[in-house]
Amino acid sequence: MVQSYVPLSYYLLLSGFLFACGVVGFLIKRNIITIFMSIELMLNGVNLSFVAFAAHWHALAGQVFVFFVMVVAAAEASVGLAIIIAVYRTRETLNVDQVNLLKL
Amino acid sequence: MNPSLNLWLIPILPLAGATINGFLGKKSSRQAVTTIALFFSGAAFAMALWVALRSSSLPLPHQEYLAHWIRSGSFSVDFAFYLDQLSLVMLLVVTGVGFLIHIYSVGYMWDDPSFYRFFSYLNLFMFFMLTLVLANNYLVMFIGWEGVGLASYLLIGFWFTKDSAASAGKKAFIVNRIGDFGFLIALFLLIKHFGSLNFEQVFQRVAPLGPETAGTGLLTAIGILLMVGACGKSAQIPLYIWLPDAMEGPTPVSALIHAATMVTAGVYMVSRSHLIFERAPAALTVVAIIGTLTAFFAATIGIAQTDIKKVLAYSTVSQLGYMFVACGVGAFSAGIFHLMTHAFFKGLLFLAAGSVIHAVGGEQDMRKMGGLKSFIPWTFLTMGIATLAISGIPPLAGFWSKDEILWKAYQVSWVYWLIGLITAFITSFYMFRLLYMTFFGDYRGAQVDTHGHGSHAHDAHGHGVPHESPMVMLVPLMILAALSLVGGLVGIGNRFEHFLAPVFGSPEAAEAASHGTEMLLMGISVAVALLGWWLAYLLYYSRPELPQKIADLLGGFYQTVVHKYYVDEIYAAVFIKPLIDGSTRILWQDVDQKIIDAAVNDAGDGARHVSDEARHMQSGNIRSYAGWIAAGSAVVIAFMIWMWTGAR
Repeated sequence: MVQSYVPLSYYLLLSGFLFACGVVGFLIKRNIITIFMSIELMLNGVNLSFVAFAAHWHALAGQVFVFFVMVVAAAEASVGLAIIIAVYRTRETLNVDQVNLLKL
Repeated sequence: MNPSLNLWLIPILPLAGATINGFLGKKSSRQAVTTIALFFSGAAFAMALWVALRSSSLPLPHQEYLAHWIRSGSFSVDFAFYLDQLSLVMLLVVTGVGFLIHIYSVGYMWDDPSFYRFFSYLNLFMFFMLTLVLANNYLVMFIGWEGVGLASYLLIGFWFTKDSAASAGKKAFIVNRIGDFGFLIALFLLIKHFGSLNFEQVFQRVAPLGPETAGTGLLTAIGILLMVGACGKSAQIPLYIWLPDAMEGPTPVSALIHAATMVTAGVYMVSRSHLIFERAPAALTVVAIIGTLTAFFAATIGIAQTDIKKVLAYSTVSQLGYMFVACGVGAFSAGIFHLMTHAFFKGLLFLAAGSVIHAVGGEQDMRKMGGLKSFIPWTFLTMGIATLAISGIPPLAGFWSKDEILWKAYQVSWVYWLIGLITAFITSFYMFRLLYMTFFGDYRGAQVDTHGHGSHAHDAHGHGVPHESPMVMLVPLMILAALSLVGGLVGIGNRFEHFLAPVFGSPEAAEAASHGTEMLLMGISVAVALLGWWLAYLLYYSRPELPQKIADLLGGFYQTVVHKYYVDEIYAAVFIKPLIDGSTRILWQDVDQKIIDAAVNDAGDGARHVSDEARHMQSGNIRSYAGWIAAGSAVVIAFMIWMWTGAR
């Protein structure tokens, strides 16, 4: 039994703070790379709450889930970066406000 | 088992002619078209003659079954034919006069570019007319009835590039539709109450019923509705207005369809239904009154017309009125007798008028004719005979039949007789007026080559001095003239009536009792005919300046007559204009535009407005999408928290 010296709520507050940072960054930043990093920040915020709960409840499922999230995030990162490179090659910009061909 | 006469061949022969000419005529020569048309109509005539000869040795009525058509429970309608004395008379008149007019038309229509089309229609008309007279039930009769209406429409509008002809055709068709509506309802009533449309069965079931003396009842209703149908087809008040306009058609058509045969279909139908009418005195009275009024009013309009064919058209309406008077007073055989003689002399009058029009290069206005008797002596001679016949000068055809009608009318009511007598006087007057204006005095027409033929260019043949028609047109005139001369003699001693007696029942007993009165009335009607002749002679031959003075004297009334009592205008104001206005304002501008169209448009506009607003969400800006997602998630989360806390 591992004694936890830090209360669960601290982890959750940090997790929520990280997630909120990710959301705000996603909404206000125009650079696609930054937006992409904000997504990673949100994912890791969630991951943190997963592992915190897993430790708190002594349930292994939460930790296993985090591994899945990390794997998917890695896959997503590779695809996402490839898309970003493709966008940059055709549009010569990384500003999302200028990537608006679907606009009416 | 009676020997078969193959009656079905009689109508089918002209149909074959119509089909061949209709499909192949365009590429064929005129000679070929003529051969086909004359062969098939002539064959029908020959067949009718053969049937007439054979029928004397047959028990009449003779029925022939061809095929069954409708079977529904106990109700059935067959394609079957019915031959009795009445349909035999009609058969001979239709095929005989029809064949003569076919011959005449060859000459009359020779220069027309649609020669083949004309004969195709004409044969088609013969087919339907023969179906009508040979039918053994009301429904097959109705096929013929509608079919002749179609042929009539096609032939009135034969020169369809001319606006007036096209609209005259439509007018005839639409006005007839009103009458046909009445006819149809009568048929429905017959089906409902007698369970059959077969003449024999209907009459068997009607025969035991007593007369509806109260003036109302089923048979009265059927009778009046049948009369409505007859009014449309036979151009009686109030539906006569189409017939004068129908003169837009080629003149042989006017002779065949609008004088001799089709317009008498109503008389035939009423006579055929005589058992119904005899049991509905009120309906008979309606028939008699309509006939009397029509005879009189149409005759008065005829006085003031200047178009030669219009005079004859109103004369036809008037003479048809006589036939209905005869039916209305129960003297059906007299009506059929007049139908037959009328077919001879009125057919002749129209053909002769066509010959006149032909001679003067398409002019129809009598004021531009005159003095033609030396140019076209044969036409003059035949037309003179027809005029004598229609005016009722003995011993020509019209005298016998008209006198028979007047005598029968007198036996029922002196009012019918008196109005009929006045009409006879007017008839004599306007017919001799026509004769004097056309053939006597000096030729008033411009030289034909120099004037533009006015609106009647269609009849133009483009020649200078009036000249006689070719033999092919004159021979039918002569034959019809001979028939007009002697055709009435079959009525002497009531022989015609006795011939039709198996159909209409024996002549009434009141025969011999008042022989003296009959002679007196006969004398009076001859006297008024001669008086009309004398008056026409006075006004249009010896003192030609008088008519204008009389017209000026009568002023407004004369104008009213010239304008045909403004009946067309009244109908336009009372029926047509409200209909058009109602359709335009209410149905079109209100119901259609403001309700139906508006509902559809508003639904579309509404959807567009809503979408217009909603599409701003879809800006193409990724960050705004993300914002919407975040806001949406926030709302969902807030809702879930609220639910979770609230549920506790």
